Amino acid sequence: MNIHEYQAKQVLKGYGAPVAAGVAITSADEAEAAARSLPGPLYVVKSQIHAGGRGKGKFKELGPDSKGGVRLAKSVEEAVSHAREMLGNTLVTAQTGEAGKQVNRLYIEDGADIARELYCSLLVDRSVGRVAFVVSTEGGMDIEAVAHDTPEKIVTVAIDPEAGVTDADVARINDALKLDGEAATDGKTLFPLLYKAFVEKDMSLLEINPLIVMENGRLRVLDAKVSFDGNALFRHDDIVALRDETEEDPKEIEASKWDLAYVALDGNIGCMVNGAGLAMATMDIIKLYGKEPANFCDVGGGASKEKVAAAFKIITADPRVEGILVNIFGGIMRCDVIAEGVVAAVKEVGLKVPLVVRLEGTNVDEGKRILNESGLAITAADDLDDAARKIVKAVG
Amino acid sequence: MSILVDKNTKVLVQGLTGKTGTFHTEQALRYFGTKMVGGVHPKKGGETWHGSEGESLPIFASVAEGRDQTGADASVIYVPPAGAADAIIEAIEAEVPFIVCITEGIPVADMVRVKARLDRSNSRLLGPNCPGILTPEECKIGIMPGSIFKKGSVGIVSRSGTLTYEAVFQTTNEGLGQTTAVGIGGDPVKGTEFIDVLEMFLADEATKSIVMIGEIGGSAEEDAAQFLIDEARKGRKKPMVGFIAGRTAPKGRTMGHAGAVVSGGKGDAESKIAAMEAAGITVSPSPARLGTTLVDVLKG
Repeated sequence: MNIHEYQAKQVLKGYGAPVAAGVAITSADEAEAAARSLPGPLYVVKSQIHAGGRGKGKFKELGPDSKGGVRLAKSVEEAVSHAREMLGNTLVTAQTGEAGKQVNRLYIEDGADIARELYCSLLVDRSVGRVAFVVSTEGGMDIEAVAHDTPEKIVTVAIDPEAGVTDADVARINDALKLDGEAATDGKTLFPLLYKAFVEKDMSLLEINPLIVMENGRLRVLDAKVSFDGNALFRHDDIVALRDETEEDPKEIEASKWDLAYVALDGNIGCMVNGAGLAMATMDIIKLYGKEPANFCDVGGGASKEKVAAAFKIITADPRVEGILVNIFGGIMRCDVIAEGVVAAVKEVGLKVPLVVRLEGTNVDEGKRILNESGLAITAADDLDDAARKIVKAVG
Repeated sequence: MSILVDKNTKVLVQGLTGKTGTFHTEQALRYFGTKMVGGVHPKKGGETWHGSEGESLPIFASVAEGRDQTGADASVIYVPPAGAADAIIEAIEAEVPFIVCITEGIPVADMVRVKARLDRSNSRLLGPNCPGILTPEECKIGIMPGSIFKKGSVGIVSRSGTLTYEAVFQTTNEGLGQTTAVGIGGDPVKGTEFIDVLEMFLADEATKSIVMIGEIGGSAEEDAAQFLIDEARKGRKKPMVGFIAGRTAPKGRTMGHAGAVVSGGKGDAESKIAAMEAAGITVSPSPARLGTTLVDVLKG
């Protein structure tokens, strides 16, 4: 689960991290009061959307020469004028795709005099099974490009979960970021508290890009991106309350209500599969035969007939879908349950596109019988290859 | 021969008394009489578990007690996500040599905690978020459908449950059969990696060829490829077919499995396929042709 920058900063501030004073607003009328509540004379007006690359992004409605999604203002008036221009318009960044995202919320923040921009993130380093700091002196830019062009400028410090962040760990991070004086002293507080926040709140990513050294020599968290481990949300009601559903695909929200693993994609063949690996492989084989999948959908191992029907309805409701491939290899999942769910859903919402079903595994004969006797226009497939060929041919 | 489990493996069940644990324990008992020796429940110690066809097993209050009483050398965990990490740690503390965790949805932070304990122990953990392990006609631990297996010569290792079934089904249909099928699981932090299983398959005389199924996310496939290159230099090499799921997955999105995500420019399918091919693995572009591709490879 992702949250906005202003929310991430509130979470980090709660742990004592140095963040600038700021106010989130949802209408331009609030901009003046927000800016006046800050010390000034420098303000930053930042678009709050769940996508990176905001600074370099462009507003669709304002043309290619307009300013980006993160803007500096040298007066309250300028901050207000930026807010009027930005709110309600569509920001297109490297991460939003061509459609862009509507900016419904801005964060007006106190400006800072930047001496140096650094990169600091925490993530779970799966190669060692530990939380690790990934830091670089090359902050404020695309870290993937830094990793690609100058990998020696990225330092990883993995933390022993039983010892926590030790003095030696802090020294390594400070050294990697070339911090000295007050900044190094700030680091002794900041890095352990970031780790504490990461672990206590079950984050999957905490990225500060940039972490800055200010002209006064102190550290400040200038930007913050936080994602949470979806599997741990059951123990964090405070984090769940930060969810902004307007940032998510409506089909994905509906799917999440049914505990379905669903990801909306751009193609026109809908898929319903059991198992994440097989669901990805089903997308891949559709592509192999020349078409694009409309979605990833894993109904899971122990889905009920109702859950299968819900998944089927989400897929058929997608206007882009021109054909559907159901691919089931029943282990725990029984083929007859899948068949009953599909038949129930089709009877309720109808079937306007070709449907190819491949069933294998537990109770396969019973599943095939239910589909045959339903009288529905369902094309049966012998195996995954056959299924992919048939649906691609049917969609044409 | 086989790896990790055989007809002598004695298995305790943590989470036996739930619906999932009961169903899969019945299935295991009915699969060539897998030696399920008891269940563990902190509040039901001393009671007896009954299956739907008259099977029964003793329930112990702790893993340690169950191990003492039965001599179990393996444990399988069907405990829900919130308590699964503690269940694994209990098994580690009871010095169970082989622990299989089926549970999907364990918080990653919990697995980081487990991993630290595991590294200081002699236990091996398989999973979590995995289908388990099966040696045909001998032992079934976990949720794999026994009916698709056939005793034979192919070792199968996979990050995905249902793709394991594809590989098993296809190698059965080609008449090859399996020595052991191992599902290592789809989570980012787990007990057993590809390298561990590949080492065992290379050492197992009955395993004549290997199918390895990976997916996007992390670098376990690349690490495994490097391991295979190093072993081949020492003269240890077996014919291998591979598959990587997720060629069409968008960057930055988690595809069902918590570990299946291309992030920070790492973990994409193409680099994994390239690494596996460089290690001499024939990577099938289609998940439907694992069996036929292996037959072609074996023909030379």
